[in-house]
Amino acid sequence: MNVAAAPTTPLLELQNVTVDYDGFKALNDLSLSLMPGSLTIVIGPNGAGKSTMCDTIIGRVRPTTGRVLLRGEDISKLREDRIVGLGVCRKFQTPGVLVGLSVIDNLAIAATRDRRWWKSFSVKGPAESRERAETVLEMVGLTERRDVLAGELSHGEKQWLEIGMVVATDAELILLDEPTAGMGAAESTRTAEIILRLIGKHTVLVIDHDIDFVEQMGGHVAVLHQGALFKEGSLAEVRNDPDVASIYLGRPRA
Amino acid sequence: MPAPTVKLIAGVAALLAALAAPFYLSSYDLSLTGRFLALSLTAMGLVLIWGHGGILSLGQGMFFGLGGYVLAMHLKLVALDVGEATPDFMVWSNVASLPWWWAIFRNPLAMLAGVVAIPGLVAAGLGWLVFRRRIGGVYFALITQAVTLAFATLLISQQGYTGGFNGLTNYKTLFGFTLNDRLVIWGLYWATVVIVALALLGGLWLLNSRFGRLLRATRDNTNRVRFLGYDPTPYKIVAFAIAGALAGVSGALFALHAGVISPALVAVTPSIEMVVWAAVGGRTSLAGAIAGALAVNFAKDKISSVVPEGWLYILGLVFILVVTVMPKGLAGLFAGRRKALAQAAALEPETAPAPVKEAAQ
Repeated sequence: MNVAAAPTTPLLELQNVTVDYDGFKALNDLSLSLMPGSLTIVIGPNGAGKSTMCDTIIGRVRPTTGRVLLRGEDISKLREDRIVGLGVCRKFQTPGVLVGLSVIDNLAIAATRDRRWWKSFSVKGPAESRERAETVLEMVGLTERRDVLAGELSHGEKQWLEIGMVVATDAELILLDEPTAGMGAAESTRTAEIILRLIGKHTVLVIDHDIDFVEQMGGHVAVLHQGALFKEGSLAEVRNDPDVASIYLGRPRA
Repeated sequence: MPAPTVKLIAGVAALLAALAAPFYLSSYDLSLTGRFLALSLTAMGLVLIWGHGGILSLGQGMFFGLGGYVLAMHLKLVALDVGEATPDFMVWSNVASLPWWWAIFRNPLAMLAGVVAIPGLVAAGLGWLVFRRRIGGVYFALITQAVTLAFATLLISQQGYTGGFNGLTNYKTLFGFTLNDRLVIWGLYWATVVIVALALLGGLWLLNSRFGRLLRATRDNTNRVRFLGYDPTPYKIVAFAIAGALAGVSGALFALHAGVISPALVAVTPSIEMVVWAAVGGRTSLAGAIAGALAVNFAKDKISSVVPEGWLYILGLVFILVVTVMPKGLAGLFAGRRKALAQAAALEPETAPAPVKEAAQ
């Protein structure tokens, strides 16, 4: 992906996506597009549909109507693991590390490209994926915890490990659902640094509540409200918007 | 000594002790040891699927039975006298000609292949039907139990083809060797020890391979594995098929040692006992599975001879105790001991400088 060449077609496009749970519209005619190499931060009050949007992109939830296009191809009916195979990977809100495996084995499993079962009958796996796992291990700063069981990591370390796993898959599109949940200020800053290093090589979509963190990240901000795109723009634009303030405060601004 | 060295020495010692058993055990105890070692293969399969895959099967008895019956069919056919067309029980049930699915197992190679492949493929088929639909946990356990119940009921009802409630017994020779010859009994015992040792080594390799890691990953967090781009279904199916094949070999060896295979040995209760063997041994440890199968079955033999009606109550109690007090089973006891020793060893150098610190204060 040549970033300098200012790409014009979006990597991912949500087209009028509605997710209807027996009358409750978790997503309501949502349209959003992500340009290659860009950083998009999605904010919005609880229940705005942020996590459902991620679920819909990765195939965990199927849209009732509308389409999810990756590089122009509709992926909304593909099986979950096939979508990952096309280069989309997500970090979940609650850390989803593989607790019974060491940190490096978590990363190595994520880094292995050939995921067919009959290729798994070897102890070490392909050298290329082991190297990538080691590189990512350093990138997320867990070198000293390399051989510790993932279940024994602190909460923050688990978050970094899972970000690392998502990166290790070498996905072009990375979805990070509340990567700083449960983190202190210092940890959040470090998380921001890790994520900022991904931009350009990867297209990143981050969901977060913490406005300080969003400020550190910069980038394009999308506000979701009641399952639809409410506002888009720079953080400053969104922040000074009276309508955005009103949905967060739950009443119209005087 | 580092832990792998200790394990290697213990493993070689146990293997030598097992191989030498005919020279120091009574023929009765040797016969029991052979039988129980055969059963340990089923427990090893449960370690793979339950301990490492998180899939509880209450139906291993069926796969055990498939292996046992395939072998027994071969033995019944080679035991036929010249001029006899069908085994004795078929004659009694007025079954005049041998069905084709009996006849093929007259061939020893077909029998050997069938002992491994039939339970393995049936397990794979059942796994494919169930895991593809993302059914797991207690639902899967109930499905396996129901299928096993159906299997045992079928065996009993089709007396003319299966020997019914009595099963298949009265074997004479295997590969031309007379089965009640003392040297053949010893040879069979040694063959069992070697097969169990090979299964242990193969199992250890498998659990240490990427396949084993992915199996544990699926157990701990199926969704994360799926959203890392893996389809977890084939990993579960393959593990279940391997456990099924192990149970099949286990059933065949058991039938040889015991001289009988019958519905009572493969039905629901034995299937639950198989889970207890793995639980007592420590459900993630293959060596523990061997220890668990031996310990529970020797206890069953001794206790049943004293209080014949009491065994099931004791079995239930053992299961509750293992689950509540020692979830890691026998293997956990040894691991705990090793850890304590390692900690004691690590503390030693620090005990010397301590008084100096106090003096400085």
